[in-house]
Amino acid sequence: MAGAEHKHPDYMRIFWYLAILTVFEIAVIYAPFGKATIVVLLFGFALTKASLVAMFFMHLRFETRTLGMVAVTPLVIATLLVFLLLPDGFAVAKRTAGVKAAVSAPAKH
Amino acid sequence: MSPSASVHSAVEPAESPLTPESWGKLGMWIFLAGDAVGFGVLLASYGGMRLTSADWPSPYDVLGINLTAAMTFLLICSSVTMVKALEWLGKGDRTKCRIFLFLTALGGAIFVSLQAYEWSKLIHEGLHINGNPWGASLFGTSFFLVTGFHGLHVTGGVIYLVSIIRYVTNRQVPQASYNAVEITGLYWHFVDLVWIMVFTFMYLI
Repeated sequence: MAGAEHKHPDYMRIFWYLAILTVFEIAVIYAPFGKATIVVLLFGFALTKASLVAMFFMHLRFETRTLGMVAVTPLVIATLLVFLLLPDGFAVAKRTAGVKAAVSAPAKH
Repeated sequence: MSPSASVHSAVEPAESPLTPESWGKLGMWIFLAGDAVGFGVLLASYGGMRLTSADWPSPYDVLGINLTAAMTFLLICSSVTMVKALEWLGKGDRTKCRIFLFLTALGGAIFVSLQAYEWSKLIHEGLHINGNPWGASLFGTSFFLVTGFHGLHVTGGVIYLVSIIRYVTNRQVPQASYNAVEITGLYWHFVDLVWIMVFTFMYLI
């Protein structure tokens, strides 16, 4: 068990998934969807591709829980970071909506 | 238990359920987690700057995505050659392993070259670190910062790969370098993974 070389998954299948998802990503930005839909789709595709790379190419699927926890930590921190930054971003975006020049004058708090 | 596992427990008497299969691998994962936070901060602050800017240019109009899509595909291919190198090493074929490691390094070198070409083209068109003709000046700043940081990682990866080819060559038995090649692979796939994110956030969205 421990120390043994783990089984190699079907790498070519993962490669085709990644290639097809990349084609989807490029197709989506030309698709007649709303901006929000496109962003959500692109985000989903990117996360799927990243998970495929981590799970199969980086063998995370076959590793111990310790390594899995190390790998998930930055994802948690990044998610927290987004929720820390988003409210401020939306507040400024709301205040400056439709007023292009307003951005050059920094908002006073 | 495989021979390597018994050697491992001999040098590590205080084995616990948390003891990793390979300390080197754990070390690389911890480094990559830290590095991922670095990239996470860069991308999150990019999102923050973009959201608060009213004149952020549309990235795919300014940057163009044809070349970058090809670069993305190239990096995915180099990830496949990396796993193939490890697979052949596991089977004891050192020559095939070295060929695939070389192809991986070549893929990385072509990627960096294409990035240099892309940068010089964009700089020529007016995209600078302190301003550009299309809108928010932070657009150029963040573009060069994030893609440059990633490009440095790829450059480091190419050097890492070339030195690991030497390492594989110098071991007496092919299996002796298996762990080291697997750790190199972790770094290389991470660089690919980060590019997937950078490509999506800085070029497509």
